[in-house]
Amino acid sequence: NDRGYNEKFLYADNRIKTSKYNIFTFLPINLFEQFQRVANAYFLFLLILQLIPQISSLSWFTTIVPLVLVLTITAVKDATDDYVSIAEGPVSGHLASPVLSLQNEKWMNVRVGDIIKLENNQFVAADLLLLSSSEPYGLCYIETAELDGETNLKVRQALSVTSELGADISKLADFDGEVVCEPPNNKLDRFVGTLTWKNNKYPLDNEKLLLRGCVMRNTEWCFGLVVFTGPQTKLMQNCGRTAFKRTSIERLMNTLVLWIFGFLLCMGVILAIGNSIWEEKVGGKFRVYLLWDEVLNDAIFSGFLTFWSYIIILNTVVPISLYVSVEVIRLGHSYFINWDRRMYYRRRDMAAEARTTTLNEELGQVEYIFSDKTGTLTQNIMVFNKCSINGRTYGDIYDEFGHKVEITEKSPSVDFSFNPLRDKKFRFHDHSLVEAVKLGDPAVEEFFRVLALCHTVMPEEKNEGELVYQAQSPDEGALVTAARNFGFVFRARTPETITLYEMGKHSTYQLLAILDFNNIRKRMSVIVRNPKGQIKLYSKGADTILFDRLAPSTEDLIYTTSEHLNEFAGEGLRTLALAYKDLEEDVFAEWMVRLHEASIALENREECLALLYEEIEQDMTLLGATAIEDKLQEGVAETIACLTLASIKIWVLTGDKLETAMNIGYSCNMLRDEMSDVFVITGHTALEVQQQLRTAKEKILGPTREIVNGEKDAEKMDLYRNDSVFEETITSEYALIINGHSLAHALEADLERLLLDTACLCKTVVCCRVTPLQKAQVVDLVKRHKRAVTLAIGDGANDVSMIKTAHIGVGISGQEGMQAVLASDYSFAQFRYLQRLLLVHGRWSYLRMCRFLCYFFYKNFAFTLVHFWFGFFCGFSAQTVYDQWFITLFNIVYTSLPVLAMGLFDQDVNEQNSLRHPKLYELGQLNVLFNKRQFFMCTLHGIYTSFVLFFIPYGAFSSNVRDDGSHIADQQSFAVTIATSLVIVVSVQIGLDTNYWTAVNHFYVWGSLTIYFCILFAMHSNGIFTIFPSHFPFLGTARNTLTQTGVWLVILLTTTVCVMPVLVVRFLRTDLYPTMTDKVRHTQQASRRQRPQEQNLKRVRRTSSRRSAYAFSHQEGYGELITSGRNMKVAVPVFSLLRKRGDPATGTTVVAWSSGSGTRESENTQGQ
Amino acid sequence: MAENEEKAKAQNRCPDNSAFKQQRLPAWSPSLTAETVLPFFYLLGIACVLLGVLLQITMQNTQEIKVDYTNAESCDMCFETRKYKVNASRECHCSITFSLKERLEGDVFFYYGLVNFHQNLRRYMDSRDDAQLLGRIKKLKNPSVYCGPNFQYANGTPIAPCGAIANSMFNDSFALFFHPLVDRPLRVPLFRKGIAWYTDKNIKFHNPYVPNESLPQVFQATAKPLYWQKPVYELDPNDSTNNGFINEDLIVWMREAAFPNFKKLYGILDRQSSKMFEQGLPAGNYSVSISYNFPVQYFRGRKQVVLSTVSWFGGQNHFLPIAYLVTGCVTVLVAVVLTVVYIKFGKKGLKMED
Repeated sequence: NDRGYNEKFLYADNRIKTSKYNIFTFLPINLFEQFQRVANAYFLFLLILQLIPQISSLSWFTTIVPLVLVLTITAVKDATDDYVSIAEGPVSGHLASPVLSLQNEKWMNVRVGDIIKLENNQFVAADLLLLSSSEPYGLCYIETAELDGETNLKVRQALSVTSELGADISKLADFDGEVVCEPPNNKLDRFVGTLTWKNNKYPLDNEKLLLRGCVMRNTEWCFGLVVFTGPQTKLMQNCGRTAFKRTSIERLMNTLVLWIFGFLLCMGVILAIGNSIWEEKVGGKFRVYLLWDEVLNDAIFSGFLTFWSYIIILNTVVPISLYVSVEVIRLGHSYFINWDRRMYYRRRDMAAEARTTTLNEELGQVEYIFSDKTGTLTQNIMVFNKCSINGRTYGDIYDEFGHKVEITEKSPSVDFSFNPLRDKKFRFHDHSLVEAVKLGDPAVEEFFRVLALCHTVMPEEKNEGELVYQAQSPDEGALVTAARNFGFVFRARTPETITLYEMGKHSTYQLLAILDFNNIRKRMSVIVRNPKGQIKLYSKGADTILFDRLAPSTEDLIYTTSEHLNEFAGEGLRTLALAYKDLEEDVFAEWMVRLHEASIALENREECLALLYEEIEQDMTLLGATAIEDKLQEGVAETIACLTLASIKIWVLTGDKLETAMNIGYSCNMLRDEMSDVFVITGHTALEVQQQLRTAKEKILGPTREIVNGEKDAEKMDLYRNDSVFEETITSEYALIINGHSLAHALEADLERLLLDTACLCKTVVCCRVTPLQKAQVVDLVKRHKRAVTLAIGDGANDVSMIKTAHIGVGISGQEGMQAVLASDYSFAQFRYLQRLLLVHGRWSYLRMCRFLCYFFYKNFAFTLVHFWFGFFCGFSAQTVYDQWFITLFNIVYTSLPVLAMGLFDQDVNEQNSLRHPKLYELGQLNVLFNKRQFFMCTLHGIYTSFVLFFIPYGAFSSNVRDDGSHIADQQSFAVTIATSLVIVVSVQIGLDTNYWTAVNHFYVWGSLTIYFCILFAMHSNGIFTIFPSHFPFLGTARNTLTQTGVWLVILLTTTVCVMPVLVVRFLRTDLYPTMTDKVRHTQQASRRQRPQEQNLKRVRRTSSRRSAYAFSHQEGYGELITSGRNMKVAVPVFSLLRKRGDPATGTTVVAWSSGSGTRESENTQGQ
Repeated sequence: MAENEEKAKAQNRCPDNSAFKQQRLPAWSPSLTAETVLPFFYLLGIACVLLGVLLQITMQNTQEIKVDYTNAESCDMCFETRKYKVNASRECHCSITFSLKERLEGDVFFYYGLVNFHQNLRRYMDSRDDAQLLGRIKKLKNPSVYCGPNFQYANGTPIAPCGAIANSMFNDSFALFFHPLVDRPLRVPLFRKGIAWYTDKNIKFHNPYVPNESLPQVFQATAKPLYWQKPVYELDPNDSTNNGFINEDLIVWMREAAFPNFKKLYGILDRQSSKMFEQGLPAGNYSVSISYNFPVQYFRGRKQVVLSTVSWFGGQNHFLPIAYLVTGCVTVLVAVVLTVVYIKFGKKGLKMED
């Protein structure tokens, strides 16, 4: 760990740089960056063009004023963004961690080759090679929820040579081993390397590595050698690349802007050709009055110059303010998200946050949601909810009439105060169970004894009565905690004893054997000798497995219990059946001998053991069943139901097990009993997977194909394959569940199409056991092939990759750290807020952005194309129609605010109705509000308006005079008339487009009109003219023109002719082809007249009767760890005592659960 | 207390419950229902028709006489003369005749009209210096480059007024004569002042002022525009207050027309000075004697003399009344169609079928 030596290799810094600027570099860098944007560069180019006098058709200020304004706004926005990211940066970079000589170093300073010390409950912030730990054998416990979403503890073990180093600082400092390992990669479960130390080579594998993102658990301290830092860590390698996200609307907008440029060039060319012809035919003769150089008077050259002049004049079709207005609107929408109280989670004081301000309108177009399970759909809390003991259920509360009462937060819970060792957070609502315990019902007692004895939980009692359970799986923890509260407190454990505190009495059970859990057995048992000396086998496991091994005499009980199990499963609870068996001394002794033989057998050890287990776990007596609720977050099922109604497809991608995932699927109402079929893909080879997918697909398509096409039209089938209409015709619902290793094959190039097709035919897709990268791959698959907007939602570091890959990433800010939130675009505390984010904010954002863009393009076409028409009358000389100041201010002052107000505040339908009618969301998915056709319509509308705006005043003015006989057909009066008409028409149009007139809208619309007239008169006033005569030549025009009745008659006529067709079309459309929105609006207005009423979505009742799977979520091999005592910090070496029976002395062995340091020496000696 | 504080702290991040932040601002959300749209259309249509009728009636009371004199009658000769640049300084007079069948009632305005003269070309329009015309001494001697090649002569003498517009000023002059049946021709009195906008005359245009110097002295170091016969301070030989930049003909000319065919005011009938013209121009024969200076053949232009009366919405204008009538009729028609459509097909569409 020589720093100097290591620094020769350029290892990545552990710091992740987030901020871009400092105070001094801000201006030049920011300007440089801004001019890299095509739009800004284009305007700079225009500005340069305008400085050439022969071309300049507009004064330089017409471009520079808006450009400077835009650059300033953007710069301010960038500066604040950067400031925010400086403020946030340290969250992930500055965790203090003692290094080596115990000096505290910041995580960002950690280098490859450093040895660092980690303490309990600390985040591992780099990939470390475990050297030694406080636990015996260099064991170290970690929780990998950030990596794979699993919350059970995992064990890592150091090499025995390094674990001897212990906590000896000087020895550690002298450690000079050399690690040779594979290059950084993203495989979380693989690591290959060798350690060379003292001329010996030691192989290194994944078991010796602590990965960034893990959390230390149950381990006092450990030392690790830094192997990978920063972006080289496996977690970061798994994050995928941060891609700059753009919305589809923005992409469309960019395309359209290019189109408009094309259009602009066309107009320029047309006008330039017109100019050449005109110069040739007419202008040539007129040149007597224009005594310019010969060069300028050449017709072709003149045409060339005119082209550029018109490019300058007509550039306002794509105004500079477009991009900045879009940014402002998005920023506003982001603030509305941040401000929404209905997305604020009071319990954790967490408001929703839009971390990216550029994606809002895409929220209104989401078609696929990819959701993580742990911590996203579920709270990651297991709760002992119900049980069935000896044929009676406990857990529901009934009122005096015997009706079931819904359990809510407010329901009174059972008072456990009789029990000093209770867990105060535990809540149970059914009093009868406590009474049964107090009465000493033997079945109930036995039931809880099973719960208290049959598990692999490690207790930790820091102070008297303050028990903390370290459970390998949260389910077990919940069960043991339940037993604890009902008076069967599991207090201590040694390799061969378990100490309970049964209803106030200490009793020690001798642990004779643990019949460990595995995936095939789906059960675990313990054999104990109780204080009375009886040998008992306690077993818990999946009901289907356990029921086969019960004594036949309990038929009736089995029947009732399975009824209860069905009932529990129907509520989405995870169930376990419990049973026990009395064992005869001699039978057990004989079995024990055979077990011992089997456990030392060299061949077929596993099979032998399994057979022996099977043998003893027979003829058990059923005690009952437990039901654990994997607590869903509030409102998850309702949210999913609502989102499904909005035609959003939800896929669950989880690192969890198949069974767990399915269970959640059922409790979220995503998997239902009415579903025709649930396909489970678990193939291990590509061929198997392909086979299974094919079968599934054929099964789905089978019946439909016969109806639609007959069987022969296989070719036609291919045509229909991707047709969404065809997908619709499938009436029955299917679900697809696919395992991680199958997914790996299915994601390969040749199968991915099949996977996607099959998955899209299914109503529900669940992928389990997937790695973070696979999550991203699945998202990417849909993104690539479906051209649909995807949203990924998750809470842990394992979701970062998919959050980054999806169009929109949403992070749930839960307990699992901030990794997901930091990578996300939106974050909030609860899954159910997603409904509001999409259906209310997303829909509104989409609607507003579309309306805004439509109007904006319309407005600018109407504004600019007047020049085009005028070109035909002014010899294509690029003379502007308007005052130059009007051109400067039109987009940024006169018309920007009303449309901004609409873009910020408009609502077609209020929030209640948005939520009540999820179908309204389809508007965005089908992208009907702004597409190329809509754009075309806007453009046509704009062109029509500009035509009317030009030709009506032309017709009226060309031969007209004022009422005092002096002229009015001069260019300046004409300009003022058209400009005024334009501002009025455009304001009326925004009035028609605005659905939701708040005070702000009124203020801006009327304000803009007022401002227009004020500025108009100010600029045409005497004072300003006498100061700058050559810049304000329009002196007096406003006064002389706008006092004329004739002018107002023209303006009135223009407005009428411009607006009338729009009104007719809109009216006919709502009247003849009303959309969903129109209908909802109609009812909304009708109901407002009566009274505003709140109507909540009805809670979706689950009616599933599926028999739930067993609820083990832990790993195999824990039983051995416990019985071998390796994971226990005992004062006396206990190996010799292993499996000695019936020694009462060991029953009282003092176990040092406290974390005192005195025991540590013995641990070290134990290691040797 | 600590708990309270903590609670207050805990609620820190809770967004305000203001109507603005929660997007619940009270608002008016109008929608296009038949009850509002149809009556609006009927009203609008009827209003437009009525306005159109009113305008039409008003317009019929105005009259306009337009006589093209480019090469009419004796002006043909002058037209030929002006074809050649060498004759530029040669004076040429001619006259045209016309007759009024009806009396022109009220105020009568005398215009000259030009056809095909592009005052709206960009380079032409830019070619002026408003600061010079405002009477800035500095600009008088040193006109803006915006005036283009017309800002000074090759020898460096500045031009006043500079620029293409001034240079191309219309310089025909007219005298209108009434030929009574019995009497000898009578010159029709015309106001030659008060024909420009008040703002132009009094604010936009000023003569440069140097104390104790007469107008010619002020303009001493400057030269007249290339095509001009007389310097700017001698534009009006009859009225010394109508000379220099504030000459109203110049002012009128400097207000560029928006379209290539335009008419500009030349004079207004002076109804007070003679009993005969108190009611306007009586019917009968008239002649206009023209000092024919302005060449138009280069650009195939035409020159006209226009006599017109005005109404409250301006001069004679056929477009506006007809446009209103058409718009009104179309609107009413559309309203009827919409009503039919609404009654036949509409109504039921908006009901929610839950």
